[in-house]
Amino acid sequence: MNFFTRKRSAENAKERLQLVLVHDRTDLTPAQLESLKDDLLIAISKYIEIDPEAVQIGLERDGRSQRLVADIPLRNVSRRHAG
Amino acid sequence: MTAQVITITSGKGGVGKTTAVANLATAIAADGKKVVCIDGDIGLRNLDVVMGLENRIVYDIVDVIEGRCKLKQAMIRDKHFPEMYLIPAAQTRDKNAVSPTDMIRICNDLRSDADFVIIDSPAGIERGFRNAIAAADRVIVVTNPEVSAVRDADRVVGILEAEEKGNPALILNRLNQALVRNNDMLSAEDVLDLLGIQLIGIVPEDESVIIASNRGAPVVNDPKSRAGQAFRNIARRIQGQDVPFIDLDQQSGLWGAIQKLAGRK
Ligand SMILES: Nc1ncnc2c1ncn2[C@@H]1O[C@H](COP(=O)(O)OP(=O)(O)OP(=O)(O)O)[C@@H](O)[C@H]1O
Ligand SMILES: [Mg+2]
Repeated sequence: MNFFTRKRSAENAKERLQLVLVHDRTDLTPAQLESLKDDLLIAISKYIEIDPEAVQIGLERDGRSQRLVADIPLRNVSRRHAG
Repeated sequence: MTAQVITITSGKGGVGKTTAVANLATAIAADGKKVVCIDGDIGLRNLDVVMGLENRIVYDIVDVIEGRCKLKQAMIRDKHFPEMYLIPAAQTRDKNAVSPTDMIRICNDLRSDADFVIIDSPAGIERGFRNAIAAADRVIVVTNPEVSAVRDADRVVGILEAEEKGNPALILNRLNQALVRNNDMLSAEDVLDLLGIQLIGIVPEDESVIIASNRGAPVVNDPKSRAGQAFRNIARRIQGQDVPFIDLDQQSGLWGAIQKLAGRK
């Protein structure tokens, strides 16, 4: 590894730990989180039109608690009704 | 007297629990308090050698539980501090020889007769760990600035939360400030941010710890040792004193950040 381009290992350690801890604490594997996202999108799509590509769902850490954070942009509905 | 029962645990093995127990007990005894240490690592007894008391053992904790001796008979008096005692672990038995109820009963018997009871937990999260935390009024988690040690510490903190054992405090042991400065070791700030618990002390990586353990004389007895100074400060904080955190690295802004983090609940 090139000394100058090498990412310092403490940063690797912190990033890896952030991920591992969130999954350990929630007892949710990355694969389960993916299928949770899919199920959520299906449920929401039953009521409103969304753009699945623009959706962002993930686990975030806040001190010792975890939260599931979803950012789900909605398609503009007024135009559809107007037409 | 009503002793406070403190358990030192970690999840991962070899991070410095036994070292911390021996040093904190010695420092608290040096401050004039009566301290009883209990080795909770049944089958892998070690606190006796770290404290230099291995030649004085007659009875152990399983002898007490099974009625072969009185509690007082299993309390080995320290060589230097007459108010410090060790209750050794059994070496030839397995951890099932002790139950959480046994630990609670023994600690309750000690409460009226000591200022502090300090329990050395075995590694892991099984029976021996459950025994060690059963009687604790306060738990201190020891970790090292490494990925696996921090991960295991987080597991233990999660279990302590689930068991409603109160907020554990953290000892970050074996911090190498030169590596931190070079960004090749997790800093104290990183570890505190990841674990989200309160800091009670940072102990530097220090070869005097190894030299002291060869001699069976805890490093707090060495006035020049930096690790010894760190353990003396933690001992004071355990006794309720407000001791500022040592600046391990005068050049960085780390110190201020740690002071801030340490104050947070
Ligand atoms: N701050 C330090 N600097 C240098 N060496 C240390 C430090 N703390 C502990 N050590 C060394 O690390 C080793 C493991 O320490 P110790 O036996 O206290 O860990 P432990 O958590 O009790 O282990 P176990 O899980 O096996 O009971 C020992 O050789 C000890 O001398
Ligand atoms: Mg040990």
